[in-house]
Order: sequence, then C-alpha cells, then structure tokens
Amino acid sequence: MVSQEERELHVLAVDDSPVDRALISKLLRSSKFRVTSVDSAQRALELLDLESNVNMIFTDYSMPEMTGYDLLKRVKGSSELKKIPVVIMSSENVPNRICSCLEEGAEDFLIKPVRRDDVSRLCNRVLKC
Amino acid sequence: MDYVHLRRQAASLRKGLFDQGYLDEQFYQLEDLQDDASPNFVEEVVTLFFRDSARLMANIDQALDKCVKDFNKLDVYMQQLKGSCTSIGASRMKTECTAFRECCRDENIEGCMRSFQKIKREHSVLRQKLESYFQLLRQAGPVECATRPNK
Repeated sequence: MVSQEERELHVLAVDDSPVDRALISKLLRSSKFRVTSVDSAQRALELLDLESNVNMIFTDYSMPEMTGYDLLKRVKGSSELKKIPVVIMSSENVPNRICSCLEEGAEDFLIKPVRRDDVSRLCNRVLKC
Repeated sequence: MDYVHLRRQAASLRKGLFDQGYLDEQFYQLEDLQDDASPNFVEEVVTLFFRDSARLMANIDQALDKCVKDFNKLDVYMQQLKGSCTSIGASRMKTECTAFRECCRDENIEGCMRSFQKIKREHSVLRQKLESYFQLLRQAGPVECATRPNK
C-alpha cells in the first residue's frame, strides 16, 4: 500500500532568505506538494545525496557561497540527479542570467515574488499534475 | 468586548496601510495563502521579515561605519533587504531600498546614509503599524481576519 507521503510529489525549496523560504514552501504546500526547504545550495546537495525521491527543485539564484546557478549545474551534471526539473527564482530580471540558466537546463526562471499561478502552471507542465 | 468594533478598527488600519502606500498588492498574496492549515501565516511571515530585516540592517549599519566603504557589499545587503520587502509587499521600504542601491552604484556615501536613515524610519513605522494591526486581529478573535478592501 502506498502511503500518502509516497503519493505526494516532493519538492525541494532552496533559498537563503527565511521570508522567501516560508513563502515558496507555503505556495508549494498549497498546491499539495510535500516540501522540504533548506537555506543553501550546499544543504540541498546534501539532502539530494540522502533522498532519492525529490521530484522537483525550486531554488533562489542569488545565494552566498554557492548560487542557484551552481546548484543547477551540479544537478544537471549528475547522472543520478539530472532528470530532476530545476526552477530558478530571482528578484532581479537579468536577461544574461536567465539565458544562462535556461541553457544549463533550468525548466523555468521565475521573477520574485513568485505567485500561485506560476507554481500551478509549472507543475502542470513539468510534472503533469 | 466589542469584537465588531475591534474588527472595524483592524480593517481601517489595514486600509490605511494600503492607502498610504506602506503595503502593496503582494500583501494580498500573503493573505490569500493563509488558510486553515496555516491560520497565522501572514503574521508569521511578517514576523520573519522584521527579524531578518533587523539583521540585514545591522549588517548595513556596520558596513557604513567602516572607514573604507565597500559599495559592493552594501549593495548585496540592500539587494537582500529589498528582496524581503518585495516578498511581503513593504512598498515604501522597497522604494527606499532602490534609492540606496542607486547611491551605491554612484558610490555616493552621503546619499547612502541619507537613504538608509529613511529606510530605518519606514521600517520602524511599518513595524508599529503592523504590530498594532495583528494585535487588533488577535483581540478581535479568529473570525476571518482580513478581507480585500473594496476597489
């Protein structure tokens, strides 16, 4: 028998801002996802190493030490992780940055503040939910 | 206790926050996310905001105190603060953050300091008003806390 936890899609939210972390987590939970949130790309990689059931990653772009772009490259460069869709979020609309992320394999690049519609649209498209 | 009166006061305070430009449309998004699973979501996020913004502002204060001004560092801190302001709809603070960042780009330290004083004032006023608002909501009880003002 499959548990509810196993039925729910699992999204990893990565953001160094506690405010934005709370917001994106709530947005995703409202869309019926199970959410794990971490405050750095490094912690995200540690979690991805431990958990094999992450269905999608939402990450902030600008984070100290390791950016969301760095995290994206690590995920897409890993044979175990590369199939996980990665969405980048940023408060700044920088065309070069957006292009680089999309070229590196990001599913989408969202300008903050992220809205409920953004999450629904993406998840429908990417996860067919 | 006159709960109707308290709710009216809360509604009036809230309307004032929008009418006077302290808050913008993003605050509605927070309210829309509040539900039975997270009945105090708005207040929790606002509390997080004031805690985090106080930390960021202390960092900026320290950086401004230094003899050699690192405009890149100041801009990074202010970008973070502005981001948080945007996320909760703190419109007037966000405007002042933008002004500060422009001063950083111009390496205008006096401009940065003036702008930062404005940010501190806006932060303080917003904090007082939102604390009063949430206090009124708590006193008024758990009936639906916020409704959109008539447009």
